[in-house]
Amino acid sequence: MATKNAEAHAAVSKKYEWGFATDIEQDFAPKGLSEDTVRYISAKKGEPEWMLDWRLKAFRLWQTMEAPDWSKLNVPPIDYQDAYYYAEPKAKATIKSLDDLDPEIRRTYEKLGIPIEEQKLLANVEGAEPPRRVAVDAVFDSVSVATTFRKELEAAGVIFRSISEAIREYPDLVRKWLGKVVPQRDNYFATLNSAVFSDGTFVYVPEGVRCPMELSTYFRINAENTGQFERTLIVADKGAYVSYLEGCTAPMRDENQLHAAVVELVALDDAEIKYSTVQNWYPGDENGVGGIYNFVTKRALCQGRNSKVSWTQVETGSAITWKYPSCVLAGDGSVGEFYSVAVTNNRQQADTGTKMIHLGKNTRSTIVSKGISAGRSDNTYRGLVRVGPTAENVRNFTQCDSLLLSDQCGAHTVPYIEVRNPSAQIEHEATTSKISEDQLFYAMSRGLDQEAAVALIVNGFAREVLKQLPMEFAVEAQKLLGISLEGSVG
Amino acid sequence: MLKIENLHAEIDGKPILKGLTLTVNAGEVHAIMGPNGAGKSTLGYVLGGRPGYEVTKGSISFDGEDLLEMEPHERAAAGVFLGFQYPVEIPGVSNVQFLRESLNAQRATRGEAPLSGAEFLKVARAQADALGLDQEMLKRPVNVGFSGGEKKRNEMVQMGIIDPKFAILDETDSGLDIDALRIVGDGINRIMRKADKAVLLITHYQRLLDYVRPDVVHVLADGRIVRTGGPELAHELEREGYGQVAA
Repeated sequence: MATKNAEAHAAVSKKYEWGFATDIEQDFAPKGLSEDTVRYISAKKGEPEWMLDWRLKAFRLWQTMEAPDWSKLNVPPIDYQDAYYYAEPKAKATIKSLDDLDPEIRRTYEKLGIPIEEQKLLANVEGAEPPRRVAVDAVFDSVSVATTFRKELEAAGVIFRSISEAIREYPDLVRKWLGKVVPQRDNYFATLNSAVFSDGTFVYVPEGVRCPMELSTYFRINAENTGQFERTLIVADKGAYVSYLEGCTAPMRDENQLHAAVVELVALDDAEIKYSTVQNWYPGDENGVGGIYNFVTKRALCQGRNSKVSWTQVETGSAITWKYPSCVLAGDGSVGEFYSVAVTNNRQQADTGTKMIHLGKNTRSTIVSKGISAGRSDNTYRGLVRVGPTAENVRNFTQCDSLLLSDQCGAHTVPYIEVRNPSAQIEHEATTSKISEDQLFYAMSRGLDQEAAVALIVNGFAREVLKQLPMEFAVEAQKLLGISLEGSVG
Repeated sequence: MLKIENLHAEIDGKPILKGLTLTVNAGEVHAIMGPNGAGKSTLGYVLGGRPGYEVTKGSISFDGEDLLEMEPHERAAAGVFLGFQYPVEIPGVSNVQFLRESLNAQRATRGEAPLSGAEFLKVARAQADALGLDQEMLKRPVNVGFSGGEKKRNEMVQMGIIDPKFAILDETDSGLDIDALRIVGDGINRIMRKADKAVLLITHYQRLLDYVRPDVVHVLADGRIVRTGGPELAHELEREGYGQVAA
């Protein structure tokens, strides 16, 4: 139908809703990547000698490595010398309250719908019992601009810092765990990150402490041509619990922007970490021009007995996503979970999944992956379930569902299952379906326009994963799914 | 309220409706009866605006507006409700969420303020009670795991919540046992038997018409209305069969 096409076209040509750039003076590292760049970053951060040495070691390793090519992604060549590796807002200042934030930055957050207004609550302006218990560590480009709720967290013994601060203030803790889950030589992008990471977050929850609030970091790339190399390290000591939320959006850019983050999680005996991500980096336009290249290494070490790590991700953005949040289940009885919704539209490519490495006895893992492909995009689930020879009584359940919204998109499921112990029970279920015209018409006949109908059906498809998200995130994620798929049916 | 003139419609190039003319006034209930393949469901879908059902000739006006120019959701907002013969399952979406979003989308299209969660739940619960549908079912995913009868009752709950001006009910009676038939019939009367509303009942059988008494009965055969009469025509059809009456 002609009207339908016209409508779809109008919706597709709609600009990336959150694509805008904020005009803040940037302090750049010189363009290009060399030992000098690494030294510049380290000096800028006032890092101790050991940290610089660690970075340099990674940089020298990286020079000997090559980018991996085993994924289903078509990655254009990246000129690593044609990018900046460090930028910080000039207006950098240690601020006492959110009111002291650069108004430009605050406006950015407001446009994003990031609850800076809500941070009146976070800053304890209203009432002693705010309804939402989230501490925000706002990472604006590369430097942590504001950290809130620090005092209350400190009273509980929780350390919640930018990683730069943590390196200065808690060097022993950082040094003990940094690179222990994702070694410097782990992979090309992780090694690059180890050399040039600009900032990120450090969390330590001491023994027996249940973190009194959700911890949250908003990431945002804001400088043209500035690669973003975040480094996150979360350690939950024995019996500790922490829930961490990470969300990001990026402004509209024509140049491709490289993002290579590393996240390391460590759970000791009986500890639990819940890590939730909503990823909405700029995906490029409908022809695949621009967009973020997102090469992320996320891994958890369930070192302790009966420890648990749960990854939940909603991936809607980026031109290219290469990301496999994984769990090394070393401690006996440890549990790993991976819940994922990955949406690709237009020319987006995603190759994402998880690795569950069962080393301990009685370890269990659950994988639920929902892939949604539209336009001419390509969406691959790639997952590994490995059971070591001494890992008795391992259980795994994997479910991979793909939903297709167009006849030009691709959905692929690539499970790897390696079992070296006969007592293991591994289940794998997979489905692929096309969005149903019956469902669409039914919803539209009740009053929803086509886009609202698609959003509703897709949200239903992803429900199992979305319900894993903390409430305030789930709402944002639902909206994102709808926005990401606007004009995609036809 | 509804004026269909010389309507021709086809699916995949195959003509189904071949010159259908029908006028339904406010306050009236019309029944469309006819054999399988006569075009009854096609008429429902064309009125609802289903993609793939192409109108090649003729016109449909609703309250003086050109219905064929409207998208399905605009028709809903204008007051047209289509009760499905086979209500569709939407996994992962609760009835409450589905209906609240739908109703508020209609209200937005009409420029009305949205209903709050509490206001909506009050309406939804009242309708579920009236149709003997367990309130728990409002929380369940739309039509998933519902029996045939439950699905049909759920359609009526939806109609009650949406409160349309004009309802096209496509074989709402099929799959209902005798008790459910009465409940559904009562529901139609309660929600739609009003001076400013109208109903088009599409059915094979007379039995629903025992509960919802039509003002006018039409016989549809081979894409056209071949006979029109009062309620007694339905009884004649029940006795004689379509072969005689439509011939």
